Amino acid sequence: MKSHARLAAAFLKQEKRAHWHDQALWYVREKRDRMAASVPDWEALRETAQAIKRHALANLPRYLEEFEQNAAARGAIVHYALDPAEHNRIVLEVLKSKNARLVAKSKSMLSEECGLNEFLERNGVEVVETDLAERIIQLAGERPSHIVLPSIHIRKEEVGEIFHEHLGTEKGESDPTRLTRAARTHLREKFLAAQAGISGVNFAVAETGAVVICTNEGNADLGNSLPDLYIAVMGVEKVIPKTKDLGVFLRLLSRSATGQPISAYTSHLLGPRPGQEMHIVIVDNGRSEILQRERFYKAAFCIRCGACLNTCPVYRRSGGHSYNYVIPGPIGTILAMHRDLKKYKDMPYASTLCGSCTAVCPVKIDIHRQIVLWRNEVVEAGHLGRAKSAALKTATLGMKRTRLFRLGGWTVRKLLRSLPPFVFNNRLTIWGRSRDLPKMPAQSFRAEYRAHSKSKTNLSESGLNREGRS
Amino acid sequence: MFLGRVGLFIPCYIDQVYPRVGMATVRLLEKLGVSFEFPEDQTCCGQPQFNSGCFKDAAKLAGKMLRIFKDYDWVVCPSGSCTGMVREYYELLLERDKESDDFKHLVSHTFELCEFLIDILKVETIDGSFPHKVGLHQSCHGLRGLGLGVPSEQVLPGRIGKVRRLLESLRGIEIVNTGRSDECCGFGGTFSVFEGTVSSFIGRDRIKDYEQAGAEVIVSYDVSCLMHLDGLIRRDKKPLKVLHIAEVLDGAAS
Ligand code: SF4
Repeated sequence: MKSHARLAAAFLKQEKRAHWHDQALWYVREKRDRMAASVPDWEALRETAQAIKRHALANLPRYLEEFEQNAAARGAIVHYALDPAEHNRIVLEVLKSKNARLVAKSKSMLSEECGLNEFLERNGVEVVETDLAERIIQLAGERPSHIVLPSIHIRKEEVGEIFHEHLGTEKGESDPTRLTRAARTHLREKFLAAQAGISGVNFAVAETGAVVICTNEGNADLGNSLPDLYIAVMGVEKVIPKTKDLGVFLRLLSRSATGQPISAYTSHLLGPRPGQEMHIVIVDNGRSEILQRERFYKAAFCIRCGACLNTCPVYRRSGGHSYNYVIPGPIGTILAMHRDLKKYKDMPYASTLCGSCTAVCPVKIDIHRQIVLWRNEVVEAGHLGRAKSAALKTATLGMKRTRLFRLGGWTVRKLLRSLPPFVFNNRLTIWGRSRDLPKMPAQSFRAEYRAHSKSKTNLSESGLNREGRS
Repeated sequence: MFLGRVGLFIPCYIDQVYPRVGMATVRLLEKLGVSFEFPEDQTCCGQPQFNSGCFKDAAKLAGKMLRIFKDYDWVVCPSGSCTGMVREYYELLLERDKESDDFKHLVSHTFELCEFLIDILKVETIDGSFPHKVGLHQSCHGLRGLGLGVPSEQVLPGRIGKVRRLLESLRGIEIVNTGRSDECCGFGGTFSVFEGTVSSFIGRDRIKDYEQAGAEVIVSYDVSCLMHLDGLIRRDKKPLKVLHIAEVLDGAAS
């Protein structure tokens, strides 16, 4: 597995594309800023959202039970899954029970997390992603590079090529309207033919048993109403106590995600439609463990809006695929580490710790702080790597003793001053590959300051310093 | 105003590589009539170690800082990120001292230079001139960590920020507005080395922002960001200059 640094460097080789990626996401971030500013007391709303999440997740068993009872009373069949394997098995069994071989699926990061599509395909079920961007990704045989804008890394010309190959659009077609129209025709056929629909869930309301789904294309609504079988899959953390809590979350979600006041469709599913069978699969997959970790529990508050990705200077310049975990960017980092500290050890280092993620997060997760805490976990587990650890150890040793520190500084300054710059400003040194080193001064501050204080004392002793400041 | 004992905390890289910034700070404080001491025993706040995740190593240096500075009434530092290190993160390193009075005092009385000027000395204007077009680089740690301004993603009053107001009091200065008002420069401490390519890419974007806005000088309260930006500027042979805010205020007031 290549490290984030290497994958990001490869991404940046195509400079124009990287700029375009950065600008596209920044555009979304700015839209988000304008939308956030249009809400009175935006920051207070974030506080409230966090408080609701904190309360709901501290009382998770109670609210899950309430949700389950109410959803069941409305005719939904509720399942619990501990891990991806169980989740996938349940979904497959339900599909098999209805002999469903074609599934119209709408966006769900949980199903990505569980590898549902591959699993179903392996078991003879065709899965069609019905969200336009997800479908592009699926046809291209890739994984999403963003949790809300999954194909943000693909340009419209490339979409044209993918559609030409798979949907038979004209070669060279890159007009978004015509491409979208082609996708719509293609997806309509699939919707009508599908025997089952699967979708993710944005919120599950305990009080009513409602499943709330927000989309912009209405694809989830076709998927959950046309077929006679509908399966909603959700993480345990999606449960919120009351319908009125939606007044907080719905105001935050779309504004944070895409800078829209609200998503085009917000559907509240209260049980199956007549003649339909509805299942809800509730998955834990490590979430209750996250909730138990004092330093990291807030990561489970995430509502998957993607704002922390859009604002992240590193994500924008390295693309979602440079992070090895299914969820990229700042939130992906603090979730991946719970999965496998060793495997994802480079992810916490893919951050400047600028803190902008924490400041945009609608549920106020302390993202950047968690990132640095994860670095510590990586170090404590011995995964930092020998060279980096040794360098830092030496530095600490030098800094603990003031004398050593002075000697070290003196040596480096001397050395760098006496060497011609090409020796260090070159491709072989990490700093010097793309940046010049600072010009080294002849003396340290402490030496200059000592001289300065001395001359000042001399001045005042000789009575020349008459300014008399105190 | 009676301040008591003021300790000057000069971050390691200023001490060893940017003495001119340290000296500008010294002269500025002297001009403002602040008497202070520079405790010679100090070295580094532990940020490089902390930033890399080596908390145990960082804790040793944090402990040393606490010992050196605990008896000062105020600690002043010409760096947003090193001040932020003490204020925001020492509690993660010095868990045993966390409840002690010394610790609480240090954390609540360590100030970045501009903050100290504005919030403690109540300096509102600096009498001097700096007739240049300036791009103010608000380092992330100062901006978000210390609250020296309001970052562009937050919906709170006070967007202009303290530092900008102080700079704007100089005669002839023009502070340019960049499209992205507070984008990170990509330095990120050890990130600049661990992820050199991304770091430089972000830095070049930031420099372009300042260039396009017509800045002649990039001014910041963090030399670490400036060291990174300057390294790129010199590599690309751009006409831009970088200056620490202490150098600007000191030079302007002389
Ligand atoms: S961590 Fe916060 S900002 Fe990031 S996706 Fe989750 S809710 Fe959105």
